[in-house]
Amino acid sequence: MLRFALKRLGSLVISLIVASLVIFSCIEVVPGDPASFMLGINAQPDTIAALREELGLNSSLPERYFSWISGMLTGDLGTSYTYRSPVSEIVAERLVISLPLATYALSLTVLIAFPVGVLAATRRGSVADISVMGATQLGVAIPNFWFAMLMVLVFAINLRWFSAGGFPGWDAGFFAAMKALTLPAIALALPQASILARVMRSSLLDTLSEDYIRTARAKGLSKRQALWRHALRNALIPVLTIIGLQFSFLLAGAIIIENVFFLPGLGRLVFQAISQRDLIVVESVVMLLVFAVIVVNFLVDLAYAWVDPRLRSRV
Amino acid sequence: MKTTLSLTTAMVLLASAASAAETDVTVGLQLEPPHLDPTSAAAGAIDQVVYSNVFEGLTRFGPDGAVNAGLAESWDISDDGKTYTFKLRSGVKFHDGTDLDATDVVFSLDRARAEDSTNAQKALFDGIESAEAVDPTTVKVTLKAPQGNFLFNMAWGDAVIVAPESIENIKTNPVGTGAFTFADWKQGDSITIARNPDYWGEAPALDEATFKFISDPTAAFGAMMAGDVDAFYGYPAPENLAQFEADPRFNVLSGSTEGETILAMNNKLEPFDDVRVRKAVSMAIDRQAIIDGAMFGYGTPIGTHFAPHNSDYVDLTANTPFDPSAAKALLAEAGYPDGFETTLKLPPPSYARRGGEIIAAQLREIGIETEISNLEWAQWLEQVFRGYDFGLTIVSHTEPMDIGIYARPEYYFQYDNPDMQALIKNLDVENDPGVRASILQKAQETISNDFVNGYLFQLALTSVVDAKLNGIWENAPTQAVDLTGVSWSE
Repeated sequence: MLRFALKRLGSLVISLIVASLVIFSCIEVVPGDPASFMLGINAQPDTIAALREELGLNSSLPERYFSWISGMLTGDLGTSYTYRSPVSEIVAERLVISLPLATYALSLTVLIAFPVGVLAATRRGSVADISVMGATQLGVAIPNFWFAMLMVLVFAINLRWFSAGGFPGWDAGFFAAMKALTLPAIALALPQASILARVMRSSLLDTLSEDYIRTARAKGLSKRQALWRHALRNALIPVLTIIGLQFSFLLAGAIIIENVFFLPGLGRLVFQAISQRDLIVVESVVMLLVFAVIVVNFLVDLAYAWVDPRLRSRV
Repeated sequence: MKTTLSLTTAMVLLASAASAAETDVTVGLQLEPPHLDPTSAAAGAIDQVVYSNVFEGLTRFGPDGAVNAGLAESWDISDDGKTYTFKLRSGVKFHDGTDLDATDVVFSLDRARAEDSTNAQKALFDGIESAEAVDPTTVKVTLKAPQGNFLFNMAWGDAVIVAPESIENIKTNPVGTGAFTFADWKQGDSITIARNPDYWGEAPALDEATFKFISDPTAAFGAMMAGDVDAFYGYPAPENLAQFEADPRFNVLSGSTEGETILAMNNKLEPFDDVRVRKAVSMAIDRQAIIDGAMFGYGTPIGTHFAPHNSDYVDLTANTPFDPSAAKALLAEAGYPDGFETTLKLPPPSYARRGGEIIAAQLREIGIETEISNLEWAQWLEQVFRGYDFGLTIVSHTEPMDIGIYARPEYYFQYDNPDMQALIKNLDVENDPGVRASILQKAQETISNDFVNGYLFQLALTSVVDAKLNGIWENAPTQAVDLTGVSWSE
C-alpha cells in the first residue's frame, strides 16, 4: 500500500509542474494590460507606466514565472493587481464559501443517489426503477441555472422562506450561513445526484450478476445479505470515480450558480479576475484548483485500493 | 384576563417596533469596487461606494451636477485667475480622529500630481503649479495658467482629500472625512458603512448602509423582489422595469447620466477619413430605434458630445436626421456607391452589444457591411483604445464634461482639428461663465458639423427603489450613490 501511495505521489508532483507551466504560459499570452484596465480611458500614458512599474509588470517572463513558483512554494501567492491585497487572503475568503458549498452539494448528491440507485438496482424493472430512471433522466437534462431561478421564484420571491441569494458570512451563525447555501446546494446537487444514481444503479446491476454473488447466494446468504456484504463494496469503484470528478467540478464549476445566487465563491473570483486581467489571481486560483483536482484524484486512487485490494498489486 | 393583557402588550410592542423608522438601508450595485481608493483607479464602482459618503473633496457635486462647497467653505480667486485661496471648514476630523488641516489638502494635491502618481484622472491636476498651506485652515493653490473649470475638477472623486498616514492601507481601509465611516467589506458580497458620529455637517438619517454587489440581471430582479435589497442603483435589467413601475411597493427612478453613448469612428482610417462617409453613417442611424430596441426606451437622443441636462447643451440632433436615402447619396458621392465593409467592435455593456446589432442592421440598409466582434474591456482597451485597430465601435463616455477629448488628436477616434484644439485651449483658461458657455456651444457645433462620431443617446440611469425610501439621487452627475440625504418615510 505504501509503495502504491508513493508512486501515485510521484506522478502527482510531475502533473503539478506541467500544469504550472501550461497555466502560466496560457495566461501570459492573453492580450490586455491590467494597468490600462484599472486606469480607464482618461488615464495618461505616464500614469499607466507608473502603475505597471508599481505592479512589477515590467520584469521578464522567466523572472515572473520563478517568482510566482517560488512564492507558491513558500505559501505566498502574490498580491492581486486589482484588489491590492494578498491573493491568499482573497482566495481564503472565497474558499470558506466554495468549499462548504461543494461539500454540502456533494453530501446531498450522495444522500440522494445512494438509496435511489440501490433501490432501482435491486428492484430492476419495477415501477420504482422506471420512475427513478425517468426522474434522473430529467435531472440530467434540466439546466441547473434554470432550476435555480425557478427555486428563487418559488422560495424567495413567492414564499419568502429564503433570501434570493447572497451570503451573510459564517459569523452570522452556522444555521444562517447554511440556510444561504441551501438553495444553491440543491441546484448544484440535483443533476449530480441524477448522474450518480444512474451510475450507482448500473454498477450495482453489473456486480449483482457476477459469479461471486451467485456463490454467496448458494452459500445460503439472503439477497439482502449478499448485497450488503459483497455487491455494494465492489460496485463502489466507478461510483467513487464519479464522486471524485464531481467534487472537483463543484469546487470550480459552480460559477453559474454563484452568479444566480450572487455568492462570492471561487468561480466568480476567477471570472472577474479574467475580465480585469488580474493575471496573478487567475494563475494562482487555477493552480490551486488543479492542485485540488489532482489531490482529489490521488485520494480516489487510494480509496480504490482500500475498497478493492486487488488494485494494489496491479500497479 | 392575564392572557388578554399580555397579548395586548405584545401587540403594542409589535406595533411600536413596526412604526419606528428604519435607519439602515441595503443598496444593490452591479459592480464591486476592486479596492476603495478613489484616487488611484478609474473604476466607477469605487466612487459609487465612497464618494461623498466616506471621502470628500474641496468642492462636491450636488444631485443636479452643480459644484458646491465641500471641505472648503469658501474660496477667493485672484484677478488673474491663477491663484485660488481655499478657506477650509474648521472642526473637520478624519475617521481616525485626527484633524483635517491645510497640510492634508496640500499632501492630497501633491500626491495626485506627483511623477509616480497612479491617479486615473491625473489631467485634472496638470494645471497646478504649486499648493501651499498658508495656515491650518487656508490653502493657496497657484495654477500655471488660469483654469476655468478648476473648481469643477476638484469636485471629482479622484480629487478627494486623504490623510497621509492612511495611504498605506487606503485600498482596504479608507479613512476620509465623510458622513459615513467604512465598517466592513465581505469581498465579493457587500460593503457596509456606518454613520460617523463626529461628522462636521448635518448628520445623515441612516445609521448604517450596505452596498450589495449583484452582477447578474436575473439575480438583481430576484433580490429586489425578495426584499434582499431596498434599492438597486443602476438596475441592470430594463426589461423588468415596467413590472416594477406597476408595483406600488417600488418606485422606478429614471435620470440622466454623464454618459454620452457614441458610435465612434476611426477618423484616420479610410473611408472614415472622408467627412461625407462620416455624415452618411450618422444619417443612417435611427437613434430612437436604438433607444427603444437596445435600452427599452430609456435614453435621450443627442446630436453632439454633451449632456442634455447641462444648461450649455445645444440640441444638434437635427444636424444628422435619420435619412437613409440621403446617406446613400452621400456614400455614392464619396466614391462608395455600393457601400463598403468595416469592423464594429463592441465592449461588454448591453448598450453596446444590443445597440451594435441594431446599428449593424441600419448600416446594412445603406450598403455598409459590418463585421461585429464582441470584446472584453481589456481587449477593447488594447485593440480599439490603444491600438486604433477598428472601424467603428460603440462606447459610452461617462466622465463629466469630457468634450476636451476632441482636442486630443491621439485620442482613439483620432479627430485632429486645430480649430477645436484652439477652442478647448481658450475654454481651459476662461473664467467668465458667459464666455465659457459660448465656447462650449461653439465646440459642440464644431464636432457635430465635422460628424466626428455618430452621436446616439445620453445613457439613462434607471434605479428601482423601495417606495418608502427617499433621497436616492435620480441623476448621476458623477458616479456616486450619495446616501447623506437618504431616509425612510414612516
